[in-house]
Amino acid sequence: MGDLLWILVSSALVNNFTLMLFLGLCPFLGVSSKIETGFRMGLANIFVMVLTSIAVWALNTFILVKAPYLQLISFIVVIASLVQIVEMAIKKLSPALFRALGIYLPLITTNCAILGLAIFQTNRGYSLLEAVFFAIGGGLGLMLALVLMASIRESLELADIPKAARNMGLIMILAGSLSLAFMGFAGLFSAT
Amino acid sequence: MSPAKPSTATQDLMRGVWRENPTLVQLLGMCPTLAVTNSVANCLGMGTATMFVLVGSSFLVSLVRKMVPTEVRITTYILIIATFVTVADLALAATAPGVHKALGAFVALIVVNCIILGRAEAFASKNTVWRSVLDAVGNGLGFTWMMLIMGSVREILGSGTWLGIRLFGENFEPWVIMILPPGGFLTLGAILLIVGAWKHYQTERGRARDLAVAMAGKAA
Amino acid sequence: MTGPADGHAGSTPAPATPTTGSPAVALIRTLGGLGVIAGLLIVVAYTATLPRIQANKARVLAAAIDEVLGAPARYDTLYVVGDSLVRVAPAGVDPAALETVYLGYRADSSVIGFAVTGADPGFSDVVRLIFGYDPRESRVLAMKVLEQKETPGLGDKIEKDTTFVAEFRNAVAPLKGVKQADGTDSTEIDMITGVTISSRTVIRVINQTLQRLGPALAATLPEMPR
Repeated sequence: MGDLLWILVSSALVNNFTLMLFLGLCPFLGVSSKIETGFRMGLANIFVMVLTSIAVWALNTFILVKAPYLQLISFIVVIASLVQIVEMAIKKLSPALFRALGIYLPLITTNCAILGLAIFQTNRGYSLLEAVFFAIGGGLGLMLALVLMASIRESLELADIPKAARNMGLIMILAGSLSLAFMGFAGLFSAT
Repeated sequence: MSPAKPSTATQDLMRGVWRENPTLVQLLGMCPTLAVTNSVANCLGMGTATMFVLVGSSFLVSLVRKMVPTEVRITTYILIIATFVTVADLALAATAPGVHKALGAFVALIVVNCIILGRAEAFASKNTVWRSVLDAVGNGLGFTWMMLIMGSVREILGSGTWLGIRLFGENFEPWVIMILPPGGFLTLGAILLIVGAWKHYQTERGRARDLAVAMAGKAA
Repeated sequence: MTGPADGHAGSTPAPATPTTGSPAVALIRTLGGLGVIAGLLIVVAYTATLPRIQANKARVLAAAIDEVLGAPARYDTLYVVGDSLVRVAPAGVDPAALETVYLGYRADSSVIGFAVTGADPGFSDVVRLIFGYDPRESRVLAMKVLEQKETPGLGDKIEKDTTFVAEFRNAVAPLKGVKQADGTDSTEIDMITGVTISSRTVIRVINQTLQRLGPALAATLPEMPR
């Protein structure tokens, strides 16, 4: 159980997917201007990530042992299909949720965090339970980074920034400060 | 942004290098730019791999552009890109295992590097093979030289070396944060901030000049 | 098979694809055809690079075993199955899925000891290492860090600080990490100042691995020529 807890905490905080591993930067930079949208994108991500990790585990265990070189292509196909299926399912089951999540779902396909999750999980040889904890932790970390950045940017709207500095560079530097803060989590939950 | 007249071959080649630089202007391909720029050797490896995938996939996409039905075009592009990435990954593992290990999963992540899919969709699917290759080379060069600049800054400040060669004496205390994740964000942020500010002042100066000309014209 | 070399390289979109048959056929034909080409390319690349990749992996492993066992003349690969070591993987079990230890011999066929790998989460991420072990004297022969992502300049000293690495030479298991070793007790390892967690991780990996595999290692040895 201690191992699972370490995986969860590590992927959410210590090795945060966005601020430490540099995955999922496209939504981080593009969708983080409002807390509400950031939160929703984060939720959609967690959902897709958990499903992906289960599918990838099954793929690795049963099919890819025979053909390791097809790993990348099959991962991409699985992710694209999963996103498509999830989108259709949500549309049918909860139109309200579908309207709320809107265009964020298709954007998840090219989100490198999902593919990154699949690859890391495979390289580390996680079991099914470990993989699911890894996905939940990773998704939570992603959502946390999104919401933090969104709250900073919402406050920034009211700040008096020089016109010359109003560009992506400022966002990057803010991200750097967040990343620096998250480095403080290193050593959390490591065995004494 | 479509030009009134078709672009020349040289324009296709140079466009990706500066005016529409993938990292500075299009703001694509951030993930690898930040992740692998903690050493110049890694930048070169990643740049080569990305260039290979860019050129190869643009070539193939342009080759089959007239035969691919529009419904499946994104799937087709991704399939082509994934194939080239797999080949690049295997080639790198066989020829430069040290670099391959340092780059880790980011070679495979070239698949979702928006630059490649972006070029395939925006250019290669609509132009001849030769022009698409030129465009791909231009974007690859633009991506690589930006990475080299970032990598140089981070490696020199963070390790005191450049391509592994020690630059400073024994007493140099490296600014370790530069080779850690925050350093990546801060370096790219600084570069974007400088470029953005410079562009802003260019536009302001241009506007002031136009205004002066218009006033002078009125007075005449 | 290149398209017609038209002079425009501008913004005119490609003409709509001619649908010779029903659209479904065109879709299947395109995807299927591309799938075949893609598959061919990948398989060719895989078979061409496989020998080099395997040779690289073997070379890295051999170098690591060399370092922790003091340049053995040769070594055997043994698989961990349950509580014992076997030379050949049991029928129906994929050897790649089993844990391996390596038994090194000197030129005169006397046994040096085992090379064992272990891993555990450290400060930032998992630390993987290999160490030499002689169960006859419960002695760790040497230690080498294979993979670590600890803080550069601090935690990565567990790999780069030669003094720390040398602490493990001929240390007696189970190891104890101390702040200031006086050199009299062979079980004590002098930890790196300011790098407590990473140092402790290395010690813990060795102790935990030996706790798990120790009996199997000791049981195998009497059969080997001394």
